[in-house]
Amino acid sequence: MKIEIILLLLIMVAGTAGELCVARAMQAVGPATDLRPVGLIRLLRRALQNGWMWLGFLLMAVAFFSLLEMFSLENVSFVVPVTALSYGFGALGGKIFLREQVTRRRWAGVLLVCLGVGLVLIGQH
Amino acid sequence: MKTSRHFPLKIYLFIVLMVILGPLGNVLLGKGMKHIGTTSSWSLSGLIHLVARLSGSGVIWLGLLCLMAFFAVYMLVLSWADYSYVQPASAVAYALVALMGHFLLGEVVTPVRWAGVLIICLGVLVVGHTPPRTTESRG
Repeated sequence: MKIEIILLLLIMVAGTAGELCVARAMQAVGPATDLRPVGLIRLLRRALQNGWMWLGFLLMAVAFFSLLEMFSLENVSFVVPVTALSYGFGALGGKIFLREQVTRRRWAGVLLVCLGVGLVLIGQH
Repeated sequence: MKTSRHFPLKIYLFIVLMVILGPLGNVLLGKGMKHIGTTSSWSLSGLIHLVARLSGSGVIWLGLLCLMAFFAVYMLVLSWADYSYVQPASAVAYALVALMGHFLLGEVVTPVRWAGVLIICLGVLVVGHTPPRTTESRG
């Protein structure tokens, strides 16, 4: 059980931190306006020139390999919902790290998501 | 508060794409990993052996392809909307994962777990009623 807890923590913490870094990079790149292949390649090139994107990739890779290992130990319908606990970290990270305005309504939504995750966890037993 | 009023429909459509591609990739990887099994050691040789086994699995490749497409869509959505909006909004995926886990992998999903999935979806609806973008581009 110990390895499962370590893997879940890695999936949640490294995964959320990685996503926050990617979001920071995309904030710097700006909104995508050209969805043609040429425009998308240009957007990807700009994104890859941003250091936050690479740090995000690294952290997400750590989370991804932990997820792969976790899949071999537990059912997918248990593993994936549990990782939703990171929604709390995500909203907090969005507010502090990305300076997003997380309104009361958005917090309420995040709390509902976390509550749902709690039930998903209880429902396993 | 700055809000993005130019692309709401586009944001919703791309979130739907994320919600389909992400869980599909996870389920395919789950199926592939169940078949391959766990690694016996986290040493370099153990990891190389694991990567070799992973690269020989078509299901794993298909899962990776779905997750790569998911990530491309995810990057686009993040260029239009807040992370604290996109992350919970994409939680609809959990309902899909439970459905696919149940129907494709034959996993047991209890009524309590279904209730959890429904509350997650309700939370997503609440988040969906907030402005998608509250920050300026840092570029």
